[in-house]
Amino acid sequence: MSLLSLENLIKTFDSPAGKIHAVRDVSLEVTQGECLAIVGESGSGKTTLANMILGILAQTSGNVLFNDTVLSPKRTPDQRRHIQLVQQNPLSSLNPKRSVGASVRLGLDTYGIGARADRWQIVEQALEAVGLPANMRKRAPAALSGGQRQRVGIARALACEPELLVLDEPTSALDVLVQARVLRLLNELRASRGLTYVFITHDLAVVRNIADRVAVFQSGRLVESGTTEQIFTQPQAEYTRKLIGAVPVVDPDEMALRDKLAESS
Amino acid sequence: MIRAIRILAANPLSLVGVILVALVVFAAIFAPWIAPFPTHNGAVVDFAFANKPPSARNWMGTDLVGRDLFSRILYAYQISLVLGVVVLAIAAPVGTIFGLLAGYLGGWAEAILMRIVDVFLSIPPLVLAIAMMGVLEPTLTNAMLAVTVMWWPWYARLVYAIARSEREEGYVLAAEVIGAGTAHIAFREILPNCLPAIITKMTLDMGFVIIIASSLSFLGLGVQPPTPDLGSMVAEGARYLPDSWWLTVFPGLAILIAVFGFNLMGDGLREVLGVDE
Repeated sequence: MSLLSLENLIKTFDSPAGKIHAVRDVSLEVTQGECLAIVGESGSGKTTLANMILGILAQTSGNVLFNDTVLSPKRTPDQRRHIQLVQQNPLSSLNPKRSVGASVRLGLDTYGIGARADRWQIVEQALEAVGLPANMRKRAPAALSGGQRQRVGIARALACEPELLVLDEPTSALDVLVQARVLRLLNELRASRGLTYVFITHDLAVVRNIADRVAVFQSGRLVESGTTEQIFTQPQAEYTRKLIGAVPVVDPDEMALRDKLAESS
Repeated sequence: MIRAIRILAANPLSLVGVILVALVVFAAIFAPWIAPFPTHNGAVVDFAFANKPPSARNWMGTDLVGRDLFSRILYAYQISLVLGVVVLAIAAPVGTIFGLLAGYLGGWAEAILMRIVDVFLSIPPLVLAIAMMGVLEPTLTNAMLAVTVMWWPWYARLVYAIARSEREEGYVLAAEVIGAGTAHIAFREILPNCLPAIITKMTLDMGFVIIIASSLSFLGLGVQPPTPDLGSMVAEGARYLPDSWWLTVFPGLAILIAVFGFNLMGDGLREVLGVDE
């Protein structure tokens, strides 16, 4: 059953130089529990698509359906709650003037999750669920490492008890070892909580690690979609072949070594 | 706090600023106890001692009707500080609300709010205040009103510029995805990031407000005699230069000390709070 479907989504921006077609007639289905990777170069419309899924950008035409309900861009808090975002840049995604806990708590207060008195406890549980100590909630983001901040970003999304997570390049700003750990965490969370991911990335090595299916975008169009296996072994579109051909060869032995290092550190 | 002290200590000029400001504030608060002639605050006449140069009895000399200048300067500091605090306590929040909403909301709100600000900014500040005082009665309250009206748009400008760049930050996007309201995002998320710059500007502005208020009373448009005011004391004495130099030099020095102190302290605060402009 599809949790999220996009029907003929189109987004056009007006600019002094004329119309910019950011997303051109995209239809997609995301099944409950799967991880769909959206890949493409920068400027291919991935983030515009994500913003329409999240309801912070109104589509020019087309529909976003969630659990078979059409979502208007003016969403109710309950509709927002089920689709949450993890951002790319952990340096800017947390307000430097608010404590880590206050950032995680925002969703709880907005959606009225839990009794007021219990919310700090829920915040601490969310931090623990992503592998951070509960007492970190009182710290300022500046005191955290990039990987820790990214975990806070994940905790903030999870605290809202979403069904779908939109992950916008969640590992591309992290160094390799931290990247591996965050990916492992995301895989574990998906399995244990039955989450569905829309994972936006341009890193095909990451795609192989986490995605069930892949959708390839080029200049606002959905070029090709299929299971991860299909896309990597029998890419149909010329563009997909080029994209895969451009990836530096990943040595399986080296990957295993990386994982080992990540575990021991 | 420890970091703040260390930065201030490493920067002797801002320490001088803090000391000068502390002196001025101390003088203003304790004027009735420090002043050798507390009654000279008002309409007192003592022709026996009129227009005397500095002496052991009157450290800074006496004015044309025999009042102790030192006592009057202490009381004038009270007026200057109250005026500065009131003006900034109104101008800063009003300007901040304009700037925050214009900067965060963009679009129509930005167009309307910032054009209003531009109208005020297009009139030279002192001219605006002088024009207002020409219409209003010259009282302390009206002087505060006139200075406030010319002052708030600068806060709108400052906060607008910061809010515009902050709204592109990921934390604002995060709050929008969650669906937090405009009020929460503007006042709870963006405002805390504007505060260091606002506080620094308020400190620097204390000095400038004192100058502008003194300019108004120098022109006879501000606080009226017999209430002591640094600007009108300078104006009064200017006619008797260079013979009765103490009439202008000491009130002038008093203005200088206050303005200098607030400016140096503001520069120090800018570093402590990590504001970059």
